[in-house]
Amino acid sequence: MLQFIDTVGEAVAGIKDGSTVMIGGFGNAGQPFELIDALLDSGATDLTVVNNNAGQGDQGLALLIKEGRVRKMICSFPRQSDSWHFDAKFKAGEIELELVPQGNLAERIRAAGAGIGGFFTPTGYGTMLAEGKETRFLDGKWQVFETPIHADVALIKALKADGKGNLVYRKTARNFGPIMAAAAKHSIVQVSEIVPVGALDPENIVTPGIYVNSIVRVASAGIAEKVA
Amino acid sequence: MSTLETSLQTSAEPLGRNELAQLVARDIAPGSFVNLGIGQPTLVSNYLTEEQNITLHTENGMLGMGPEAVGEQIDGDLINAGKIPVTELPGASYFHHADSFAIMRGGHLDICVLGAFQVSAGGDLANWHTGAPDAIPAVGGAMDLATGAKDVFVMMTLLTRDGVSKLVEQCTYPLTGVGCVTRVYTDKAVFLTGPDGVTVRETFGCTFEELQALVPLPLKPAVS
Repeated sequence: MLQFIDTVGEAVAGIKDGSTVMIGGFGNAGQPFELIDALLDSGATDLTVVNNNAGQGDQGLALLIKEGRVRKMICSFPRQSDSWHFDAKFKAGEIELELVPQGNLAERIRAAGAGIGGFFTPTGYGTMLAEGKETRFLDGKWQVFETPIHADVALIKALKADGKGNLVYRKTARNFGPIMAAAAKHSIVQVSEIVPVGALDPENIVTPGIYVNSIVRVASAGIAEKVA
Repeated sequence: MSTLETSLQTSAEPLGRNELAQLVARDIAPGSFVNLGIGQPTLVSNYLTEEQNITLHTENGMLGMGPEAVGEQIDGDLINAGKIPVTELPGASYFHHADSFAIMRGGHLDICVLGAFQVSAGGDLANWHTGAPDAIPAVGGAMDLATGAKDVFVMMTLLTRDGVSKLVEQCTYPLTGVGCVTRVYTDKAVFLTGPDGVTVRETFGCTFEELQALVPLPLKPAVS
């Protein structure tokens, strides 16, 4: 059932140790910093985190990794100029990495939300990231079998929610939000504005409220101020 | 072989990075949907003309990407795949990540331009991982782009700093994609790769014979 929650702390309070948590965002655009900070404060640990990256600088996901709360990262692009917290944990053998081509990451998340048990794709065929995976020759190409990525929780940032939980996003901050909302058992969304039912044009809803469980208003959530 | 029998073009000097980007830009057909990879390929956007009417895709979820944002244009919610703030052009569209990769993986992009560590005679691409045991691997969208676009153009210097050809019989670096590269733009030549081997379209600052001496696989000059 859809809940409107007053604080980010209450919104993440139900996240248990050992959970798989999807976190929206590509770089800093769409990254739900306030929800991640609240997850850090909650003390939840032994997490598997699904995100495109593995944290930038000294904020958000990077701090969750620094504090040793993340047992495993499932991502496409962990190594960046400012991914020093992940780099240190990885080199020390203190974090597991499942490296996934970005399109497979997106499609595996989408598949989970759509109830698809797996799919074949040419991406990665003949590379080390497809080693040990089932392959078939389909539509004139060798293709690799990929499985869905499910999650217990998704933390997402959107621009606005209405009273039914329908969401709209802003520019390239949309990125993983819509597919993670559908893939997770429980999706928690921070928005900059909550508007009345009927205030969003039904033709322009990006994530229908059926995919949304918890909404918390964070004043700064609309526009990324922190540029990579 | 006499150059009279071929359509091989030559110029006196090797091409610089910007000249190479200009050449790639000139070769992109009008009306194309194009993804430019991070790094050197991004330079191509500086040379696309309004008449070409090219639509740029960025895999984090946008078609109709404009130039890099400056000053007050900078908006943290509007970035490219390299996480650099960019601008939107009239007619731009935003979409989520699975739709963005469906654009690539579904074969809807006409051209992607990528950098490379190595390209093989058969068009195999290696551009994501050096294979060094202590390196942290990061693949991003490279494998999706390499297998999804109708044409994959590579931009790279022909030789490593140690003078070794990056165009090779078989890649020794971990592969990004198999048989996916259709053209290789380098400072010394433009190569066309395909099932029939490697054809040289143009040379820059060297003759065909001098180029052949640098590359450890049989080359053919283009014929008209």
